[in-house]
Order: sequence, then structure tokens, then C-alpha cells
Amino acid sequence: MDFESYDVLVVGGGLAGIRAAIAVVEANPRLKVAMVSKVYPMRSHTVSAEGGAAAVLRPEDSYETHAFDTIKGSDYLADQDVVEAFVREAPIEVIQMEHWGCPWSREPDGKISARPFGGMTTWRTCFAADKTGFHMLHTVFQTSLKFDQIHRHDEAFATKLLVEDGRCVGVVAIDMRSGKFDAITAKAVILATGGLGRVYAFTTNGNICTGDGMALAYRAGVGLKDMEMVQFHPTGLPFTGILITEAVRGEGGYLTNKDGERFLKRYVPNKMELGPRDIISRAMTTEFEEGRGFEGAHGKYMHLDVRHLGEAVIDSKLPFMRELGREFVGIDIVHDPIPVRPVQHYMMGGVDADISGVTPLAGLYAAGECANVGLNGGNRLGSNSLSECLVFGAAAGRQAADYVSSARAPGSNPVGAMLKDETARIEAAYLDKKGGDERIGAIREEMQLAMDVGAGVFRTREGLEKLTKQLGTLRDRFEKIKIEDSSRTFNTELMAAMELDFMLEVADVITYSALAREESRGAHSRRDYPERDDAKYLKHTVAFRTDDISPRLEYRDVRITNFKPQARTY
Amino acid sequence: MADKRITIRATRFDPEKDKSPRLQSYDIPFSDDSMVVLDALNYIKSHVDGSLSYRWSCRMGICGSCGMTVNGTPKLTCSAFLRDYWPRSVTVTPLNNFPIVRDLVVDMEDFMHKLKSIKPWIIRKQEIPLGAGEHRQTMDQIGEFRQFSQCINCMLCYAACPVYGLDNEFLGPAAIALARRYNLDSRDQGTKERLPMIAHPDGIWECSFVGECSVVCPKGVDPAKAIQQTKLDTTMRFVLPYGNRE
Repeated sequence: MDFESYDVLVVGGGLAGIRAAIAVVEANPRLKVAMVSKVYPMRSHTVSAEGGAAAVLRPEDSYETHAFDTIKGSDYLADQDVVEAFVREAPIEVIQMEHWGCPWSREPDGKISARPFGGMTTWRTCFAADKTGFHMLHTVFQTSLKFDQIHRHDEAFATKLLVEDGRCVGVVAIDMRSGKFDAITAKAVILATGGLGRVYAFTTNGNICTGDGMALAYRAGVGLKDMEMVQFHPTGLPFTGILITEAVRGEGGYLTNKDGERFLKRYVPNKMELGPRDIISRAMTTEFEEGRGFEGAHGKYMHLDVRHLGEAVIDSKLPFMRELGREFVGIDIVHDPIPVRPVQHYMMGGVDADISGVTPLAGLYAAGECANVGLNGGNRLGSNSLSECLVFGAAAGRQAADYVSSARAPGSNPVGAMLKDETARIEAAYLDKKGGDERIGAIREEMQLAMDVGAGVFRTREGLEKLTKQLGTLRDRFEKIKIEDSSRTFNTELMAAMELDFMLEVADVITYSALAREESRGAHSRRDYPERDDAKYLKHTVAFRTDDISPRLEYRDVRITNFKPQARTY
Repeated sequence: MADKRITIRATRFDPEKDKSPRLQSYDIPFSDDSMVVLDALNYIKSHVDGSLSYRWSCRMGICGSCGMTVNGTPKLTCSAFLRDYWPRSVTVTPLNNFPIVRDLVVDMEDFMHKLKSIKPWIIRKQEIPLGAGEHRQTMDQIGEFRQFSQCINCMLCYAACPVYGLDNEFLGPAAIALARRYNLDSRDQGTKERLPMIAHPDGIWECSFVGECSVVCPKGVDPAKAIQQTKLDTTMRFVLPYGNRE
């Protein structure tokens, strides 16, 4: 059998994936790249990023400050060599995006502008109004169209990594349109599949953020690092979970409780609204628990108030927020405070990868939110993730381009057998299955609600242990699901089943990793272990899949270079 | 409120079984005033009929996936509130003017080719090196093209365009608006390279200026304006010796 064969295959078509694909062909224009994405690339969740991309561009700023802010923000769980390299590359990548046409907001002299952001000591968040992710994604996608070496497989869902002789040599993917399973082979594979927010009920993440790449790597034996570190953004709209950008606070917005008090003075007095996300989300949750939140039809909330900024600033810096307020809440933020509460937003953890995106599996690379390269530690600072997608997408692309110059092409016989096995597995588990009666929707909703309760802003041993049992029961029930859709054409129910399978897998890893970290650090806050414990846990958690439901956990020292861990106060 | 219900009629079409699309009716709880048409479809898929197929992701009006026809009008279903229709029923059909792949999913490959054909990237005679920093650009210069850069490729304008409905060779509103977006960008020098696609008989000249594209755009883009401006510019190039901008 012959299969479509490429030099490099990128799974995912968001900012990191497209940046990686372009980096491959820039490094060597003779290389042939496949981009396999379950949606058209411009639908990728990068599109929802709002506030900006951090980069040191102003002469008053310094790499050292950006590095320190990031490391302190991470609660010292970031690998400091990775952070130091990142802050040097980020400005180059932001300029590259400018050359490709990104409509960055500008200073009067025409230079790229910057705004303040949480946990950053100075203005370094470059932005395109409050649709930064949208503009970056469309810019990089449209730019990618000029490279004929990049072959897109749009609306194709990767179900398995092909591994031959200890090397990753492609994926099995189902083409949504035809329902056909195919092996797409390559000398190297870059995972850039984004986050997993949909394992939670209340999330800013789109429907497509189901942890696919993390689950694919995990099943191929690669470790998932720091998966207990889940970011809750302080300001989501109740009911929908729509993100209200941190730039609202960057531009001077206030967070107030039901007494009209800027309550952050009790938690981050020196930073107030520009404190880091983990601490502000905890502050809000604490205020709710102590009865100082507003009560609404969709739960408790706080006010995010920009009325004092005036219409001109709002329309030039935050036009999308005004649009979202009007469309989805029926308020005009020029005249009304915005109701907000903490919402799952980002996964610091991910596929174990190094500074160049290299994973322990030969030929496999990872970048963007699905990867953990050691940048974000226990808490990512706002606006570091768009820059991360660019810097580490490009790094993974270059590294893969270098690797494939000496790697041999995969053999077609083992690939053919693997395709046959994978097709048979999916047909037996889903399409040809008889007799199940469990609904995918019901299992998914129960998982999401259980995760919100058990692995949310605050955690306890009891809550996490209960969650492991709930997830175990849901896994058993998943074995009895019923797929009503028997068509091969655009079978979204089959895709939803495979996504749920992935989500149950990564939800388990989050829970067991959180249970084992008996301290509070960054976004991982244990009520039963409220202090940070550097003696025991200045380490990365790395989870490996076992035949049992619980993963095997290993710990790896954090790399410290210039910044000794100290108390994290703002 | 707890007992309020709403009827959703949705197009069903499976090319493996059906000769033509049909409507299927679902009676579902309208349990929250904040529910949108997409929430109703998700309720049906989760609780009533798992085989109903449609695209969606961000549910905040920015990814462009969930465009469908709602009671005859092209809409992003994530931003179409049930309260604006209730107690009437809501009929959800695929976007007009596109082949149906399955149920509410349409084939938009045609647009993907058209998008590439207008060269939607910065074209320069000479690239400046990264080390030279950014191109200087003022907010006024961004203002020239800003609205055309807001296109989310949701296809509502193609669904509303009577010309595209008659002749799908027509380049269409979004592609022309995006060409305009790059032509008006002070960093770009590619207007001439894009001209053959734009000035082609299937380019701007097909448009009969109905303006429905601008009416249905959920992002405030005015493709009709882009088309008329481009017609004017293209004519000026031929009429005036100094008409070649750049």
C-alpha cells in the first residue's frame, strides 16, 4: 500500500501549527508539509484570543524583567532557561507578524503599541485592538496560502499517532467529508492541537478544544507534564463563559464586589486589577464564599467596570468588548458594568517537550497550548501564550526541518497494518457497535460538571478522590455508548465520541496529577495544603499512561538559572 | 419559564440515504432567556438526536463556523437569540448558494480557492529584513483598511448574494473585501498583482450592487463598498496616467 507521504506533518491549524508549517518551508523550501486540522484553520481557537502578545520592544523594557515577571508569575515552576530564550525570541516574532500584515495597534509615531497586562511590570503587551488572536490567526493563515509546499487536510481528525521502530511517522486520520480513514505519513510530526478547556463545563474555550494532541501523545507513551496546572481566567461572562479580556483591566477597568468595593486591595494591594490570573480568580472565589458577590440567574458574579474610561478609549482599545456586551449580555459597557466570574481558560500543562519542541518520542514535536515546554509553570501570564505559539511553533518547525534532512521515510507495510488495526478499532468501538444505550452528551456534561467542582480554582483531597471515582464511572459508561449516526458523511457524533474519549483520558491525568501535588503553587491551590513547598515540589509532574486508570507519575527538577525562588506577593 | 418550549425545524440530509433535504421538527425546552439557536441545536444533539450535523466552535461570534439560515436570514447561530423568535418556531437550514454536504453543513471549498486566488498576503517589491524592525504605520493608515480586515469568513455574505446564487464563478463579497484590505494596507505593494483576479469578468464587474452582503455581515464589514471602491479605482487606473497607486 502507498500512503500520502510528507516530510513534516503538522496536526492543528492554529497559530502554533501554522507558524510551525511556515518555519519548516522557510528552513528548507524543498520540504513538503502536511497540515491536518479538524476544522478549517481560521476556525482554530487562537481566533478567540483578545488581549495581546507579550514582547519586549520598548527601550525602557528589558528581557530580564520580562523573564522575571514570567518566572514569578509561574510561581517558580517555569524552566528558567526556556523563559530566558523565549523573551529574546518574542520581539523578533512580533516583528515577523508585522511584516506579514498583522494590524498591530500603533503609537502616534507609527511604532507597534503596547498595553499593561496582569503580572507584567511594564507595558509590553502588543495588541490589535481587542481581537489580537483573530488578527494574528488570519494574518498567519492567509500568509501560509502563498506557500505551495504546505498541503492542507482541512476537516480531518487525527485518531492515532503512527509509531514505527520508536519513531513517530505520521497519523491515522478520518476525513470528515468522506468518512474515510487514511494513514498520512511523514518523517516528523508536530502536534499543535491547542487546549482542553472542554473537559470543564464553564470555559472560555471553543467546542474544538478537547485535548486531542495531548491524548494522542499520551497514548503513544509520551508523558504529560504539569497537568494539574489549569488556568482560571478571572473574567468570563456568566452562562456563556465568553472571555472578557484582561486588557479591560490593562486599560484601567476596576473589579468591584457587591458593596462597590475594589476588593483586590485585600489580595494584591500593589497590583490591584493587574495582579496575575490565579490570584485574582482565588480572590473572587473567596469573596463569593464570604457573601460579597452579586447573585444572578447564572450564579455569582462581580462587576468589571470601565465606565470611567469613556467612550473614546473603549471604542479605540476595546471595541470587541463593547460588541460582546451588546450582543451577548444586552448591556453597553460605556454605561453599564460587565458581570464576570472566574472561568476555565488555559492549560499550562501539556505534552512533555523541550525548548525546541522535541518530545521523548523520536520524530514527534509539540508546540503551543498542547505542549509544555516549561514556559508557563504554575500560572501563565496573560499575553505570553500568543507569543509562545509563535516562538515555539517556529522553533519546532525549524527543529523538525533539521531532523527530517537525515531521517528516513517510514515503511509502508507496518503503516498499512497500523491503519488496518486503527480502522478496525474505531469501527468496533463506535460505528459497528451494537447494544449501547449511553448518550455521549450525558457523559460529557457529567464529566464537565464534575471537573468544575472537583478540579476547579480550589482543590481538596476529598474532592479530587471523589473526582477520580466519578471519572472512573464515566469511563465505564463510555464503553456502553450508543452512536445514533450511521452515516459516514460528516459524522459529527463519531467525532464527538472520539473527542470525549480523549477528554476522559486527559481529565484523569489532571485529577491524579492534582491529587499527588500536596502543596499550593500557581493555579493549583489545595485547601488542605495551602502553602508552597519548594523542598518537595519545586518539580514538574510528568504523567505516563498505564494499563490501570491511574497514570504513573514521575517528578523532574525545575531548571533554575538566575532567579532564586522567593515568596510570591504582589 | 421552566415549562416554556420552542419548536426547532432543522434541515436533514444524508447523501448516503436521501435524495433531497427535508425538515425535521424538534420540540425542546426553552429553559433560559439567554439561549441562542446554537444552544438549541446543541440541546437536540446532546439529548434528542445525536445524528444532527452542523459546525460550530467559539460561540462568541468570531470563529465564523456556525453560519446557517435562520427563518430565511443568514445568521451566526451563536448570536441569534431564541427570545427574538419565540413563540414562533425557528427554522434552521443550511446557508443558501452552497452545496449541502450533510444536514446543516455546507461545502465552502469554493471560497477557500477564491481566498487564495486574491493573494491575501502582504506583497512587497523588496522585503525589509526583520532586524530593521517594523514598518511604520499610523492608526489613520490602519483606519483605511480596518473594517475590511474584520472579515471572519463566515460565508453569510455569499449566502445573501443574489449574483453568487446565479453564478458561482463570481469572486464574491468576502474575497473582494479581503483583496481591498490588502490593497489599502500602507505596507502592501501588490495591488497590480491582484488586479487580474479583481478586474476579471467574474471579479468586481459581476456585482450588481444589491448590497445584501453588507446588510447580513455580522462584523460590520461593508463588502459592497469594497466592490464599488474597487470598481472606481480600477477605472481610474485606465483613465488617469497617474492612476497607478504605489
